[in-house]
Amino acid sequence: MSYGGGPLVTAQGLAAGYGGPPVISDAAFAVAPGDRVGLLGPNGGGKTTLFRVILGELSPSAGSLRVEGSVATVPQTDRSRLDFPVTALDVALMGALSRLPWWRRPSRDDRRRALEALDTVALREHADAPFGELSGGQRQRVLIARALVQDSLLLLLDEPYGGLDATSTERLTALLDRLSQRGHGLMIATHDLVQAREWDLVLCLNRRQIAFGPPAIALDRATIEATYGAALVDLPREGEGEEESRAILPPHHHDHP
Amino acid sequence: MIDAILDPWRDPVTLRAIAEVSLIGVAGGVLGCWIVFYGLAYGAESLSHGLFPGLVLAALLGLPLLLGAAGGLLAAALAVALAARVPGLDRDTPVAIVVTSLFGLGALLALSAETPPGLQGLLFGDVLGLTDVDLLIAAVLVVALLVALGVLHPRLLAVAFDRASARGLGIAPFAADAAVLVALAVALLVAVQGLGNLLVVALLVGPAATARLLAHRVAPMMGLAAAIGVACGIAGLYASYHLNTAAGASIAAAMVLAYAGVATATTLRTDGRARQAPLG
Repeated sequence: MSYGGGPLVTAQGLAAGYGGPPVISDAAFAVAPGDRVGLLGPNGGGKTTLFRVILGELSPSAGSLRVEGSVATVPQTDRSRLDFPVTALDVALMGALSRLPWWRRPSRDDRRRALEALDTVALREHADAPFGELSGGQRQRVLIARALVQDSLLLLLDEPYGGLDATSTERLTALLDRLSQRGHGLMIATHDLVQAREWDLVLCLNRRQIAFGPPAIALDRATIEATYGAALVDLPREGEGEEESRAILPPHHHDHP
Repeated sequence: MIDAILDPWRDPVTLRAIAEVSLIGVAGGVLGCWIVFYGLAYGAESLSHGLFPGLVLAALLGLPLLLGAAGGLLAAALAVALAARVPGLDRDTPVAIVVTSLFGLGALLALSAETPPGLQGLLFGDVLGLTDVDLLIAAVLVVALLVALGVLHPRLLAVAFDRASARGLGIAPFAADAAVLVALAVALLVAVQGLGNLLVVALLVGPAATARLLAHRVAPMMGLAAAIGVACGIAGLYASYHLNTAAGASIAAAMVLAYAGVATATTLRTDGRARQAPLG
């Protein structure tokens, strides 16, 4: 991991889109090693577009973006092919390709590192299991192992909690905490506000940046309403006295154009 | 009985055919796995039919068939690329238009008055009519193909598994697609002489599809597909030798039968398991 200190990614006045009006604008944030950043916003709010800009697949249409070192992505597990004949180890080993010239095959050393990455995500004993036969949470962790083998300090996770049960959710959260302690910067696209409140920073997007900062400060009522373009409704929580739980009622469903 | 098994190996013509079907069986089996993973079965069929006028022209002009096939492939690929730019059409329609046009052109040329005999060999193959030079060229191309696929294997696999993340791994999905298409073109060049324009697709899809039903990892699947390709090739030649059937058609039939047999067996086994499994 080559790393010169300072933030892993810095955006200033960043805007990006696909030729028409920008899909995101006014983005200004910085992610340092160890930061867990919850990326919040409605579908179509620009989370995926922001990831594509950070990955270099899309150029900013305005402003600047500085990325230190390489970036690894952890896609949604249902986007990969479950009927594909590969094992967990095969998938983790694919991460090594990003460090090798096109004619080189992964070495024995790469294989050892892939096994270590599977160990980190607590799936070492499933190394030879077919990827498609693992549970959703296990597949998500295999894809995280693949990102770890890439040796990137910055990890972009696209809704990793989607479709996970309570146990898998807990395990994933613990794993993300461990990676943050190891110095990885994590940008985690999520719809789970409660979860995001546990992390170091939140970045709220709804076609522009609504807020960026520690959740205790950034995630106020006005920010949440602006992020989801919806009114918050306070629902009394049963049996918890003064505590209130909030629900978001979106006026209509947002979709990708 | 022993003679029935050994006789084909004593006949130099059949022996050359056995060598040829072994070569193209291995190449077709291994490459076929990528054809299946990349969803290129229709593309493979289109290219093999689209190169037909090239073959016919080479035969009419007395040029080497390999040259005609190469020219035909290039023309077909260019025509498909051009037709794909016609606005308002989906991906398959321009391919279908180009391929039927080219195949029709080939048939028109093949049925003209000056047609030399043996043109049906272009359609159905002439695995028993190969020379030592044909075999040598096939061997060189097959070895080159296998080496290239071996080198590119990890990247082809990463793109086939998760195309959206490939760029993040430093792999251009377009380059992987192009590599598989070039490999497909080379395999068609090698195999079309033996199996013919219409039957060559069986080799590129049948063994791989059969192996897919049985193997759970890519490397064993490729080994299995190559073995099935060679076995069906030799089985087809035996059928041709003893029953006097057309060699190319017998080989294609063996591949279809292998797939049907394995598919039936795996379906029955899965059903049996499902019935035995406890509820919940």
